[in-house]
Formats: sequence, C-alpha cells, structure tokens
Amino acid sequence: MTDRFAAAPIVRPVTDPWPRRARLVEHSILPGFKLSLGITLIYLSLIVLLPLTALAVRPWEIGVEGILRTLTDPRVAAALKVSFGISLAAALVNAPLGLMLAWTLTRYRFPGRRIMEALVDLPFALPTAVAGIALTAIYAPNGPLGALFAKIGIKTAYSPVGIFIALVFIGLPFVVRSIQPVLEDLDKDVEEAAQTLGANDFQRVLHVVIPAIGPAILSGVSLAFARAVGEYGSVIFIAGNLPLKTEIAPLLIVIKLEEYDYAGAATIGLAMLAISFGALVVMNIAQIFLARRGRA
Amino acid sequence: MMIVGSALAMAGLILMPLVVVFHDAFAEGAGRYLQALTEPDAIAAVKLTLLVAAISVPLNAAFGVAAAWAISKFEFRGKSVLLTLIDLPFSISPVVSGLVWVLLFGAQGWLGPWLLEHDAKVIFAVPGLVLATLLVTFPFVARELIPLMQQQGADEEAAALTLGASGLTTFLRVTLPNIKWALLYGVLLCNARAMGEFGAVSVVSGHIRGLTNTLPLHVEVLYNDYDSVGAFAAASILAGLGIITLVLKTLLEWRVSGGLAGGRKH
Amino acid sequence: MAANTDDTLALEIRGISKQFGRFPALKDVSLQARDKEFLALLGPSGSGKTTLLRVLAGLEQPDTGEVRFGGEDFLALPVRQRKVGMVFQHYALFRHMTVAQNIAFGLTVRKRSEKPSRAEIKDRVAHLLELVQLEGLEQRFPSQLSGGQRQRVALARALAIEPKMLLLDEPFGALDAQVRRELRRWLRDLHERTGVTTVFVTHDQEEALDLADRVAILKDGQLIQLGQPNEVYEQPATPFVFDFLGQACRMPGLVEGGRLRIADWESEAPKDAPQGAVEVFFRPDEVAFAPADGAGLAAEVTGVAQRGPDVRIDCRIEGQVMELEAHGPTLPPGVAPGLSVRIKPLRPMVYPVA
Repeated sequence: MTDRFAAAPIVRPVTDPWPRRARLVEHSILPGFKLSLGITLIYLSLIVLLPLTALAVRPWEIGVEGILRTLTDPRVAAALKVSFGISLAAALVNAPLGLMLAWTLTRYRFPGRRIMEALVDLPFALPTAVAGIALTAIYAPNGPLGALFAKIGIKTAYSPVGIFIALVFIGLPFVVRSIQPVLEDLDKDVEEAAQTLGANDFQRVLHVVIPAIGPAILSGVSLAFARAVGEYGSVIFIAGNLPLKTEIAPLLIVIKLEEYDYAGAATIGLAMLAISFGALVVMNIAQIFLARRGRA
Repeated sequence: MMIVGSALAMAGLILMPLVVVFHDAFAEGAGRYLQALTEPDAIAAVKLTLLVAAISVPLNAAFGVAAAWAISKFEFRGKSVLLTLIDLPFSISPVVSGLVWVLLFGAQGWLGPWLLEHDAKVIFAVPGLVLATLLVTFPFVARELIPLMQQQGADEEAAALTLGASGLTTFLRVTLPNIKWALLYGVLLCNARAMGEFGAVSVVSGHIRGLTNTLPLHVEVLYNDYDSVGAFAAASILAGLGIITLVLKTLLEWRVSGGLAGGRKH
Repeated sequence: MAANTDDTLALEIRGISKQFGRFPALKDVSLQARDKEFLALLGPSGSGKTTLLRVLAGLEQPDTGEVRFGGEDFLALPVRQRKVGMVFQHYALFRHMTVAQNIAFGLTVRKRSEKPSRAEIKDRVAHLLELVQLEGLEQRFPSQLSGGQRQRVALARALAIEPKMLLLDEPFGALDAQVRRELRRWLRDLHERTGVTTVFVTHDQEEALDLADRVAILKDGQLIQLGQPNEVYEQPATPFVFDFLGQACRMPGLVEGGRLRIADWESEAPKDAPQGAVEVFFRPDEVAFAPADGAGLAAEVTGVAQRGPDVRIDCRIEGQVMELEAHGPTLPPGVAPGLSVRIKPLRPMVYPVA
C-alpha cells in the first residue's frame, strides 16, 4: 500500500450492526417485501391452500376402505376410465393437428393468416358452456355434421366420439401455442443444410424438424391432456352422460355432491388430481429425455 | 396443401361452433332473440355475472401485482415452491375448484354448521360464486406479470431510489408504467375466464333462477329446458365477450410485441 | 493527474465485509477518497468491486464496517437520502420516459417544499443536456438512443440531483471500443468541470490507469493495492497486480546478499527485495537486448514479427519461450531467428515464492 491515507492505522469496528444470521431476504433495498409477500401468502392460503386442504383431508373420513370402495365402484371406475382414456386420445390426436396448424402459421404467408392466428385461441376465449351447446348442436344427429356422420353409421354426439370431439376442440390451442414459438426459433440454416445434403422434404421434417420440436409437442400434449381430464362445460352437453358409458369423472363429482356424499366427491376429486399429477410426471420425464436427445 | 388442411381444420373444428351460436340464436328472428335476452332471468344473470367478475378480477389483479413484486424483486427461500403453488389452480378441474368450497362451506362442510347458526350462506349464494371464480382465475394476472418483471429486474427501481424517490413513488412512476400492458393483458384474460366460468360456479350455484345463475349457468338451464333460442341467445353474449377478448388480446400483442410474457395462454 | 483534488477526505470506508450466502463478496475492505477525487475500483469479475460500489450507493448493506462521507455516517442513511448519483452498468434508464423526463426524475420526486418549479426543472434539464452534449434529443425515448447516448443520459440523470458523490458501474462496459475511448476523455473532462468526487468500477486496467486519480485493485473481495496509476503500474504490490495491469514475463530467481540471480545472470537486487527463492516479473517491453557476449539472460531468438513501429521478438530463455517487445530504435541489428542474444530486464520486480 503506497498511499499515505491507506497507511493510517485503521480502527476495527467492534460492533457488528448486521449480525450474520439466516435471513429470509438475501438482499434488496427495495421496499415492500414484507407487505407484498404477506399479501401473497395470506391470499394464497385463503383462496388455494385452505380449500385444497379440505380436498386432501375429507376423503379419509370414510377410511381407506371407503376410498377403495368408492374408487372401485363400477360407475366411478368407468367414469375415470372415460375421462382419462378419451383425454389421452384427444391430446394425442391434437399433436399432428396442432403441428399442422403451427406449421401453417409460422411457415406460410397467406391472406387471412392473422385472423387464423387469432382464432386459434378461440377455444380459450369461448366460455366452455357455449362451446358445449354449440358442439352439441353441430354433432347432434340432426346437426349439420352429426347428420353427415350418421349417414356413414357413426354416432357422434351422445357417444364417446362426442366427448372426444369436445376435448380435441379445447385442447388444440395448447398444442399449437406450445409448438409455434419453437418452430419460429428453429434455425432455418439447419433445415437448409439438410436440404443441401440431399434430404427430401419428408426426410427433412422427420430427421431435423421433429426432433427439434419434440419436447414442445410433448409439452403441448400434456397441457392439453391435463386440461381435458378436468374439462366439464364443453363435455357434459355432448356426452349424453350415460352411466358406465359416457359419464365423465367431473360429472360424477357433481352427482355425488347432489347426494350430499362429500367424502365420495372429494375422493374422486383427489383421485383425479393424483392421476393427473402422475401423468404429468411421466410426461415431464419423457420431455427431459427428448430434450437431452435433441441436444446430443 | 398445408394451408388448405389448416383452414379446413380451423373452419370445421373451431370456427363452426361460433357460427352455430349466432345462427341458432337468430333461428326464430331478431324479435325472439331480443325477447330472450330481455326476460328478467336473463338480465339477472347478466348482472350477476358482472358482479362476480367485478369482485374477483380486481382482487386477483391486486394479488397478482403483490405476488409479482415479491417474487421478481426479492430473493428468498421457497420461491420456486411459491411459484408452483400459484400455478396450481391451472391444473385443477373446474369442478374440483367448486367442490373444495362446498367441502368447506356446504351443508356438511367444515364450516357449514357454523354458517347455518349465524344464518350466513356461502354455497348456493353469491359469496360461493365469487370464491369459486377467484380460485379458477387465481393465477392469470400473476402469471403474466412475474416473467415480465423478472426479466425487467430491479435496476430501474434501484435507480429511482438513488434519485431520491420513495418506495411508493417508485412503484407508481417506474414499476407500474413498465408493466401496465402486461397487467391489462392479464386482467383481460382473467376477466374472460371469470365471466365465462361454468364448471366451478355450477357446483356452488344451486341453479336458482334469477338469484344464483350466472350467464353460463343460465345458458345451461335454458338448454336443458329445450329453449334452444333462449340458450343460444344468452350464449351469443358470451361468445361476443370471447370475440372481444380475442380482438383486444390480439391488439395488445401487436402493440407490445415482446413486452408480454405471451406464449402461454389458458 | 491529481491536479484538481485537494487533501480533504471525502469518503472513508473502514473494515467493510459482505457475505452473500456462503460467498464472501467483500473481506475487510478499507479505503479513502479525497474530495473531488476520481477513484477507480479495478479488479476481475467476482473481485467485489461492484458490491463495494453498491454498498456506497446504499443498494447493499454490508455485514460489518463503516462508511463515512464528509464525516457523516453513510450506512445510517437510506438510499434515497444519500444523494449519490449512480450510473448503472446497463444505465437503468426509465424506458417509458423521455430523455428529459428521465433527467428530471430526481427533481420531480422531491417533497413539495423542496421541489423546484417547472421552469427551474426545465432550465436544469436544458443545462444538463448541454453538459452531456445531447441537445435536441430531449423528447426521444431510451430505446431510440445509441449506447453512448444512453450512457450520457444516465450520467445527466445522476448529476441532476447535484450528487455529493458520483458512482459509475462499468461505465463503458456496454460500449464498443471506439465510443469507449471517446467517452473516456469526455468523462475525464466532465469530472474536471463538475468536480464531483467520483468512484467508478471497471475490469479494464487500461481504462482505470488512464482515467483515475488513484486506483484501488481488488481481488477475491480484498483490497490488494491502492495508489496512483503510475505507482501501481510501476510498483505492483503482488504478482497478481503485476499480471493484472499488463503483460508479464515471469522467471524463478534467487536473492542473496543484495544480489539477484536469474539463471546464469546476476545483477543488483532491487531495494527491499525478499531474501531467498523469488519469482521475478518483468514487462516484455522493458528489456534491453545485447549481443551474445554481453550481459543478461542467454536467449535464442525463435521468431521476429514486425507490428507497426514495434517488433515482437520470440525468445527461448531457459527453455521457456517468451514474447518480448522492442521498439524500432532499441532493436539490436541483425536480429533474426536462430540468433543468440542476451536479454536484460530493465526493471525486474521480485516477489517471494508463493
């Protein structure tokens, strides 16, 4: 130290005004932390956590045996199967459908593209009950498309096919919106490189594009699936609601509630949550796997 | 070929329901349409829908701002858990979002007997509708704001403080203008869902005509009564709301491309 | 360089320590700045220089230590009362405000009793715009400005509150080399004119040595050396400082009885040199070349490259290839690959072996 000021003897501070204890806030001088976090936690507890605690706790009133009896009841089991099975089918069908739409929207310029772009979100914006009665009107035996299908012997509304159509409708935007940004970012160079190396269109898509957007497709599919499992409004009108055949799990919750079987309703609700959660975990793992392979 | 396929899919799957709503609403002429919309139950349903949205949207917006402020401007433990919990309502079935309130406040709910004693009603009444709507639309505003504010960081706020601004002034004059479009966007989506919500409110409503029927529930009641024109007339208002939302949303996206968290819609 | 500073102490920093979680960002740092001084905090990333600057601004609270400004306990003051003008690394301009609104912000948020009138604010903004040479741009938004212009707006905004001290965080970090050099001169001029005590953070030694009255060199949260640019450059306190401030050649050596021996060459040891095994550092351009039979380190030329007026000469010394530099006139005639020469470090620095 060559500076004469620095050479002056320095008195070490004896007090430690900021004892080094574990602090909730690491550092920030902005005000309002306690206030904003307090509001957040209280509101979250009241609106989300407290009610969900009730959902988690109430099934156990009827004991493990009661829960098992509820879930193995043929009607409940059938409803869960219908909900999860058709949701999965719809989500999977949405993958190619969503990819086609996303591809069209990102790769082509044509009149009406912007309108199409906006309309993709219509299933988000249209209240589910409205979508429900409209789809029913279309696919009912006397509806414009329902009559068409009836001619070739397919019953659409009031059958599993109707549920499937409604779930495709509400799930489609999730897939499109998941794929679209990735497709936009996808390096044109890579594709062009593949082209110069002699790959044809089909090979290019199969080997270059699909691996790159695989994780996005999967993510969109899982979002669509999660939404479909819980869907109520757009399905109940078109489903026909025949026990064991076209009754969805959310409807069964409503029925149980009407019978004042709270524990039974909560059991089905909790089971739906658990199965959805499990499915999402599986899809997440698959997605991580895909992403890793895409990078390699 | 792609374009044709996409256009067909759009028209057949997505656009057609919208057309059908208006077609069937006017199936018996404009007079019958107007009559369906001006009957007392329909007007009551519209009023109730507006009331529920007017209560729940500002509450969730205020929460969204508070949560985004805490999460984006500060470092604390358990932040990712908090983020997950905020997103949680998105992964819950609307019916379950209604069910949980019945478990709490219903006749056989935890607080049911106490409510009965005090002659207060939550389920089958407006408070229940509000609570169910709050839960369903809980994350909308917060999810728009958090990524944007995280990306903006806290530098501008820090700069304002070094220039002598108070915390409140900093928030009002620096933070709020920076997030106003995202806030508006979140409020727009939150409102659309609040007004259109069906599953959750149907569980807590009890379907009392003129009293606890919101517009979507009114649609259901009429539809089940085989009043097709009435149902579709009411539905056309909701569809109109959806279209307005889409238009405003698209305009907002054009106006502030990149300024919105975007990409994640619900 | 130190022409416009006087000897009054303005800033006193004593024993500042700051820990982020387990990471110690600052370890017992003490330094002082004189009134009107231009002080550089220089160090590699992670050295704690920015944290120290943020402590001065009030954006971080240290765990221990003391900061006084003009005798006043600075740590007791919240950010907004310190009246320090801070220029952030990425400027942190308010993106929704015009240039004029940005500059006026610090004035308009004052309490009503202290707030200048509209006309006064307007005058002040106009004056500052002139000072930073941005007249005519007052209605632009930050997104419509170049990097250099943004930096000057940030500076004007900081100066608007008539700060007691100016803090600059990597003021040229986000600019390209050309703009960087221009702004450096300009900032120095501005400092001469305004005379505000200024502390700036940089990782660029050239910038620090060129601009500052004094340079504080930090490493791993500790103050390593503090001094005027020529002092720290010519008398680096540690090998780290030597290495950080410029090109370095290093060789092992031995100090015994006032003599320094490097390989087969012996010379007088520098004053205060430690005894025993040492590390010898010298700058590649501070060497003299001599013929093979002269005095110095035996070396073999392995390559010669002309670079403008300078010549780079690669030499093998003691099996180690070093890139040396010579200016045209100092170059011995006939230097070519394969030639044996003697190299004499002109100002070797000697440090004990770590």
